[in-house]
Amino acid sequence: MFLIDPILNVCERLGRRLLMLFSIVGRLVMFAFHALRDVLVPPYYPKLIGQQFINIGYYSLTVVGLTALFSGMVLALQSYTGFARFNAESAIANVVVLSITRELAPVLAGLMVAGRIGASIAAEIGTMRVTEQIDAMTTLSVNPFQYLIAPRVLAGTLMLPVLVFIADIIGVFGGFIVGVYVLDFNPYTYIQQTWDFVQAMDVISGLVKAAVFGFIVTLMGCYCGYNSGRGAQGVGAATTNAVVSASILILIFNYILTQVFFS
Amino acid sequence: MKNFKIEMQGVKKSFGSKDVLRNVNLDVKKGESLVIIGGSGTGKSVTIKTILGLIKPDAGKILVDGQDVTNLGGNDRDEYLKKFGMLFQGGALFDSMTIWENVAFGLTQGQKMSKKEAYPIAIEKLEAVGLKESIAQHYPAELSGGMQKRVSLARAIARNPEIIFFDEPTTGLDPIMADVINDLIRKCVSELGATAVSITHDMASVRKIADSVAMIYEGEIIWHGPIEKLDNSGNEYVDQFINGRAEGPVKF
Repeated sequence: MFLIDPILNVCERLGRRLLMLFSIVGRLVMFAFHALRDVLVPPYYPKLIGQQFINIGYYSLTVVGLTALFSGMVLALQSYTGFARFNAESAIANVVVLSITRELAPVLAGLMVAGRIGASIAAEIGTMRVTEQIDAMTTLSVNPFQYLIAPRVLAGTLMLPVLVFIADIIGVFGGFIVGVYVLDFNPYTYIQQTWDFVQAMDVISGLVKAAVFGFIVTLMGCYCGYNSGRGAQGVGAATTNAVVSASILILIFNYILTQVFFS
Repeated sequence: MKNFKIEMQGVKKSFGSKDVLRNVNLDVKKGESLVIIGGSGTGKSVTIKTILGLIKPDAGKILVDGQDVTNLGGNDRDEYLKKFGMLFQGGALFDSMTIWENVAFGLTQGQKMSKKEAYPIAIEKLEAVGLKESIAQHYPAELSGGMQKRVSLARAIARNPEIIFFDEPTTGLDPIMADVINDLIRKCVSELGATAVSITHDMASVRKIADSVAMIYEGEIIWHGPIEKLDNSGNEYVDQFINGRAEGPVKF
């Protein structure tokens, strides 16, 4: 008997956790459908959508650009150290362009935007929830999903591919700088090798990933903020959850999408 | 035909294992000002929010103008909400918008009125609550608590609602400002000919704005009567509450 009770306890706890997980996933999926529907259904708020495009796209440019630049640079440097042992230095341009376009630009841009945008969306919407501004909006016949959430999710999904495309160029440029000025490659050959090797699919797969990541970041920011608990603590927890859950989902979906594209 | 504006019949709501509304039955006559009194956490705010559809009840029926509104959704709900104005406890002003944009929000965003048309209405409503046009371009954070409440009141009446809710309108204000707000509530409700439902535990406010009073205790309406009978209600819960006694049947 004294053995069965603890086992039952563990089962009960596991079961409760599992049920909770299912209910959260269910609510999140419903939230996502609701958000997607309200992106398509009028009324639209073009001014708010424009603001979000600027906030998410333009203001993230510096962070994403710097991340891409240094990632490209360090990639060239590291692969040189490795490849020089096998006299395969000529592969550096290929490694840089493939790594950047397929993986590093979308994933790193996604994670940086999760920190910058996901957190700010969760804090803003969470504060609005806690101070009853969302309820006030509803009583004034404005649907908060259309007014607050749809513009953010739309802007995130459309702007992240643009950011990642720019990050692709900057990242490759970072590799080029190190290749030419530190490792003494011929600039013409470096560009030639990059251009010869990169395929449309490499870039496109990265941009599709970026759109998915943009959706994830803004959705998690909105979801956590919208369901924020009470008080400053509630908003703090919402912000943390938004960033952590978006980051983990980005890494999981990155694997799934890579598997879909390249296997 | 009964002349009730709002009828709540056997409304129940629980959050998790906590029963907040056990069985709320409440009728509000057209044009009257009802005040719901009760201690903190007894379900006052939840009652109002279920009428507005911000919280869906687990059981029971809510009728407004004789129409069942318990499960309204989508456009019907937006249309239904045009009948209402609400003054939230903390003001709930949109901090990213200027004062006049706040007041006009229901007009410009909810009803798609142009800014040009909405601006004079916003200014008129601000003046109705004793505020000048000069503050129209300020942001809520630049105003004092009392002024924010007034702006919030102006926003609540901007669409000339038929029903106005006041959620603890005088909480956090000094006694003089509280009296100013009470007067404004009286004035706005009578000018609009609206039905008003307020929740408060400020007895000065109750005596000033109520035509009738209902007391909620543990998720049920335990007394409902005209303000004149409040002091002789014959209900010991009500007596304890209005006299602010720690001793009595209400336990905290």
